[in-house]
This record gives sequence, structure tokens and C-alpha cells, in this order.
Amino acid sequence: MAEDFVIEMQHITKEFPGIKANDDITLQLRRGEVHALLGENGAGKSTLMSVLFGLYQPEKGIIKKDGKEVRIKDPNDANDLGIGMVHQHFKLVECFSVLDNIMLGVEPCKGGFLQKDVARKKVVALSEKYGLRVDPDALVSEISVGMQQRVEILKMLYRDNEILIFDEPTAVLTPQEIEELMEIMRGFKKEGKSILFITHKLNEIMEVADRCTVLRKGKGIGTVNIADTTKEELSRMMVGRDVQFEVEKVPAKPGEVVLDIQDMVVPSKVHKNNAVKGVSFQVRQGEIVCLAGIEGNGQTELIYGLTGLEKITGGKVLFQGKDITHATIRERSKSGMSHIPEDRHKHGLVLDYTLEKNMVLQRYWEPEFQHNGFIRRDAVRRYSDRLIREYDVRSSQGSETIVRGMSGGNQQKAIIAREIDRDPKLLVAVQPTRGLDVGAIENVHKQIVAQRDAGKAVLLVSLELDEVMNLSDRILVMYEGEIVGEFDPRTTTVQELGLYMAGAKKQQGVQ
Amino acid sequence: MLLLIKYTLLYGIVLMLVALGGMFSEHSGVINIALEGIMVIGGLAGVLVVAALPAGTSPAILVALAILVAAAAGMVYALLLAFASIHLKADQTVGGTALNMLATAIAIILAKNFNGSTSAKISYTNKAFLFNIGGLELSVFIPLGLVLLIVSYVVMYKTRFGLRLRACGEHPQAANSVGISVYTMRYCGVLISGLLGGIGGLAYVIPSVQTWNFEVGVAGTGFLALAVMIFGQWKPINIFGAAMFFAVFKSLANIADSTILAQLGWSNNIYNMMPFIASMVILAFTSKNSMAPKAEGIPYDKSSR
Repeated sequence: MAEDFVIEMQHITKEFPGIKANDDITLQLRRGEVHALLGENGAGKSTLMSVLFGLYQPEKGIIKKDGKEVRIKDPNDANDLGIGMVHQHFKLVECFSVLDNIMLGVEPCKGGFLQKDVARKKVVALSEKYGLRVDPDALVSEISVGMQQRVEILKMLYRDNEILIFDEPTAVLTPQEIEELMEIMRGFKKEGKSILFITHKLNEIMEVADRCTVLRKGKGIGTVNIADTTKEELSRMMVGRDVQFEVEKVPAKPGEVVLDIQDMVVPSKVHKNNAVKGVSFQVRQGEIVCLAGIEGNGQTELIYGLTGLEKITGGKVLFQGKDITHATIRERSKSGMSHIPEDRHKHGLVLDYTLEKNMVLQRYWEPEFQHNGFIRRDAVRRYSDRLIREYDVRSSQGSETIVRGMSGGNQQKAIIAREIDRDPKLLVAVQPTRGLDVGAIENVHKQIVAQRDAGKAVLLVSLELDEVMNLSDRILVMYEGEIVGEFDPRTTTVQELGLYMAGAKKQQGVQ
Repeated sequence: MLLLIKYTLLYGIVLMLVALGGMFSEHSGVINIALEGIMVIGGLAGVLVVAALPAGTSPAILVALAILVAAAAGMVYALLLAFASIHLKADQTVGGTALNMLATAIAIILAKNFNGSTSAKISYTNKAFLFNIGGLELSVFIPLGLVLLIVSYVVMYKTRFGLRLRACGEHPQAANSVGISVYTMRYCGVLISGLLGGIGGLAYVIPSVQTWNFEVGVAGTGFLALAVMIFGQWKPINIFGAAMFFAVFKSLANIADSTILAQLGWSNNIYNMMPFIASMVILAFTSKNSMAPKAEGIPYDKSSR
């Protein structure tokens, strides 16, 4: 073995009740490389990394560090071996300061008393050396997601970790923050640190990784050099078939107006100004209208106002010609409005319910599912089983699975199945592909286009410009609570949209 | 006036001790409803020591022994809660309530056994626990309580133990991911609450009277301490203030008859109600910014996401 592997995971098998999360997977990490770990949701990436980090014990297989076999029983062992991890969901104590979070677990102490000054010096030095801007005294609950991630990275550096695991680090970041992170990762590589980078975004792998190991359904498919491969090949390895990046669709045939929003005003929760400042637009049958914009420009609040999650303080909402400005959420839902929410944990699912209960959340009171106030469980089960089958929702125990334990992609599939199957007149889809892998994204896009072709009106909110350009028939750009431009995706460019999204340009008379 | 100060200090220190106990438990992530029961057990154990020791025992030894036994008994009883809620992942509220009911029952049986009769009243002398400063009769629990308050503050905010304990109550997954044993820290938190609760129980029973009927337990003081803890926003210094606030009103009720307040002709009940009404009003306005540990009440399971 001439190669210099800093970590070798050989033939790792890890089972959970009802599912083999890792099945004989081998992963070899060279010293000083960026090694991507690619796979669909539920392919076993996070499980494999949790095994390496000591959070799970594998049933079979061994782990070698610098060629010597090691046992990693808990995160302390991993830390002693120089392995650090930035978790997908940050492991930060919100009411602690940045400094407290970084030193937690390895606090410098004198007789049990904390020596914060010592820790602070080290943190400040590290943050300057690597350009990781943080304020050591700020509370974690008060800093941006991007800075929280820098805190997580500093946690690893503070522990002098040489092997850095990033679990889907870009899912929560803005494009600028992603660019910054890529730069930081390159810096680590120069320092001789080895990086394991879990992701399902092919562009990022092509940009920053040296090699890539692909997992599919718990099995290792292979390891490739990025220099010798293409996006298409990687996605084929990941999904097991060819993936279309472009959505095929015929030109839209817009029909009658389904949704007519007039001068909508919605107040903001974070600041005193209005988040939506008198927005008007229409959505017709058989077209996909996309609201594009940088996060935090009022899209969220506009959707809240439209779906009834928030009261609007001005303007009107007409739905199929009826004024629903003051209608309740259930009335809107009953009259044919479906909503794939931005935050699926908060507004999409009851996480501690079973999958089948979640499937009938908006319908359990219909005669089909209840009799004299009692739930007809057989009917619910049949319905849920059908949706699971038709929309390929994967889970360990089918209809009886507790939703919290499902992967994010499958949670999203469940919501989409529920919302589309209600045969809505209007489908409101807010970032429907957030956190999904290419296979699942393709699927979601197809579903949305199919809805359009079936004559439904679709209002899409997306932050991904690729998705905006690909999917929509009309693009509305939102900036600071106003619509600053309307575009036809066939005649505009990403660059032009970017100028409007950043507020550098504004069309006259769109409002 | 002296009487008011005396009662306020006596009662306030009890509330503070027990609330501090609750604070340690909740910062580790375990809701300790069982404080009432822990007080009963601690008080009983301490009183039995005082009553059982021969009359000639030196006061210092008597006091030290009674307090140590009360603390130890509180810890043993708290261990039951810890085992149920940490090890068995039981519902912490249900477990705590069960322990509360059990405590009074145990106390009655043991007290009757000790007396060899059907009465659960135990008589004792409390001279050793009391001392005078300028005509103000105080109990040893007051200086002890103040020391424990300072120690609690230092432990909570200045030591590694405190930082880790609070992490376990806020975000156990985060604590675990940096190698902290959540189970161990939670056991520590609950045990400390047993220690302080046990001492608090003794401090409640001993100083004011020379005989105690264990059929009444500690008359809801443990629950009051929980209110004090919430009112004090789970912070030691605030808890001290909240405890004194409650105690002032409670003491007003005690002395109202013998002072000028009697001329108002108010019922005792009004004074007794005051702290509760005031705290309800204050909590109604401040509860939005509640500083409750985020993960309290949720059994920690390593494998959950």
C-alpha cells in the first residue's frame, strides 16, 4: 500500500430497524485532499459519517487511521484522532455565546474554573488566520446562519482537527456564502488538512473536490477522480440512470385568471417596515409564475399572506373570482389552494405523527375518512398507502413511520404527494426542491410541470436561478417587498435577473 | 418590623434553596416536579436525627449531622426521579408527581413508626439551629443559604461543570457531539437538586416550631419554589430576589394581626394571595422572554435525530 491514506473505512455495515443504511461501504481518504461523498437522500451518507465520528457503532467493518486500526466509540475518540465534523443541523447552544460554544467540551480550565481569556485568544487567532469572521461574544441565537457555520468550523479548528467532515454545508447558505466556504475549504487543503464533503450538489463537487465516492441506497458505487469525470456521469452513478437537468415542457397555454393579488401589504416580523409593500400580480390556469429574489425580500411574507398564515394589512386576494382576503386557512385549502411550504418542519408536517396521519391532515374530516367523528383508519391507511406507492415516498415502516425519522427528501415527497393529490386549482410551491438531490429535484420538477399541463395555476417561489429559468413561464423578481420586474425566461438571462434581484435595476410601471 | 425581617429571611431562604435545586435540575434538562416530595423526605430525615440524638449532643455536631442527613436523604430520593426520567426515559412530570405522593405517605409511616403511635407528629428542640443578632433570632440556614447561593452562582457560570450542565439542558445533541455525557450531567443536576431540596425541607420544618405533623408534608412549599424558580428565570441571583419577594408577602400574613396593618382589617388570605397575584401579572408580561432551558422535560435519546 503505497498510498497515503489518512482515513480508511473498510466494509462498513450499519443497520437500523427495517433498513440497511450502510451495506459494505469502503471509503479511503487521502491526506490533504477534498473528498466528496455523493448520494441521494437516504443513501447513507450521513450514517457513514456518523459512524466515522463515533455517533453510531457499525455492525461490521473496520476504520483505520494512518494505516492503524482504531475503535471510535464516541465523539471524544473521534476528536482524539483529529476528526471533526460540521453537522448538517448545527450543534450549537443558542443561548450561549460564540466563545462558549467553541470551547464547550474542551474548555481551558484551572481547578475546574473556566479560563475564558485563554480560549478567546486562541479563537481570535484562528479566526484571523483563516478569515473566519465571528464575534466571540455574540449569542448564537443572534447571528446569521453563515456565521453559525463559521462557528462550527472554528469548533473543529479549535480542537486542532486534521480531518474535517462537512455534512451538507451549503444547503443553508446564500450563493455568496457558498463561494466563501469553497475558498475556506481550499485554504484548509493548502494547510494539509483532509476534507470529507457530503453533498448532493454536483456543481460544488466539480468546483472544489479532488475525488468523489458515490453511494446509492446504502451501497458504495465507486470512487472517481473529479478531473476524469463529468456531472452527467456522477449523477448517473448516484441515481442509477440518466438524469435530465433541463425540464422538458411544451409552451404554456395560459387560461383564465385563477389568482389575482391586488396591492397586498404584509407587515414584517423582524423590522418595523412592511415586508410586502403593495404587490399586485395574477396567475392564470396552465402557467407557472415564479417569484425570484434573494432570500428575505418579502417572498416568505407574501406567501404567508396568500395562504392565510399571516393577516394582510392592505390589499385584496381574489381566488377564482372570489374575495378570500379574510378567509381562514381551511377555507382556502377547501376552495382548491395547495401549499408546499418553505419550512416543511414548521408548516408542512407534524413530525411526531405517523406518515398516514400527515397524509390526511387537511382531509381527515371528509366523509371519506371519518364516520360520526371517528377516523376511518382503514380508509386512511388505504389512501396513505396509495400516495406512498404513486409518489415513491421511501420510509422504513411505510404508513406507520414516524415522520421525524424520515430523510428530508422523503418528507418533502410526502408533502408534495399530499398537496398535488388533492387536485388543487392553484399550487403554491415555495422552494420545493430545497435540500433535495438531483434525482428528487427532477421528479419534483416533472410533477410541477405536469400540474401546469393539467391546467392548474402554479405559483413557484425559488432562490435557485437554475430552477427559476428552467421551470417558469413568467418570472417576477422581488426586491425589498416590491416586484421590480417581469421577465420571459426565453428572452432573459441569469445575469439580467441578478441585476434586478440585487436592486441595481428596476422596470418602470410593472406595479 | 424585626418580626417581618425574621419571617421573610426564614421563609425566603427555604424557597431560595429549593428553587436553586430546581434550577440545577432543569438546567440539566430534567423538570423536577418532585421538589415537594424531596423536601418532605429531607425534612423528615433531618428531624428524625435531631429527635433521636441524645440530649447532651453538642449543638455543632447536631446541626451538622442533621443537615448532612437531610441532604443525603434528599439526594437518595432524587435518585429515584433521575433513574426514572434519565434511565427509563419516563415522563418527568408523571414521575415527579408520583414521587410527591409517595413522599408524604413514606413520611407518615416512618413518623408513626418512630413515635410508636398513630400520630405523625414529631417533637424536637430547635435551639441548636438558632442564634441571635441584635435581638433578631435567625437560623443557621440563613448564612448557609447565602453561602450556597454564591456557590451556586459560581458553579453555574464560572466552572466547566456549569457550562456543560447548561449545555445539556439547552441542546443535549450538541453537548453529546462534543463528547459530553448527557446522562452523567443530568444525574448530577438531579442529585444537586436533591441535595438542596433536602436541606430546604429541613430549613422549612425546623426553625419555626418545635413539633411537626408530617401529615401536612411541607404544605406546597416545593411547588412555590418552582414558581420562584420560573419567576427568577432560572438564574441564581434572580431566584434569590424572587424568593424574598414571595417571602415578604407570606410574612405579612403572619404578622398582619399584630401590627398597624391590622387596622386595615384585611383578611390574612389577601396577604397570602398577593405574591401569587403579583407573580401571575409579572409572568403574564414576561413569559414571552422565558429563559427556560430549551430541552427540559425531553428525555435524551442518543439515536434520535
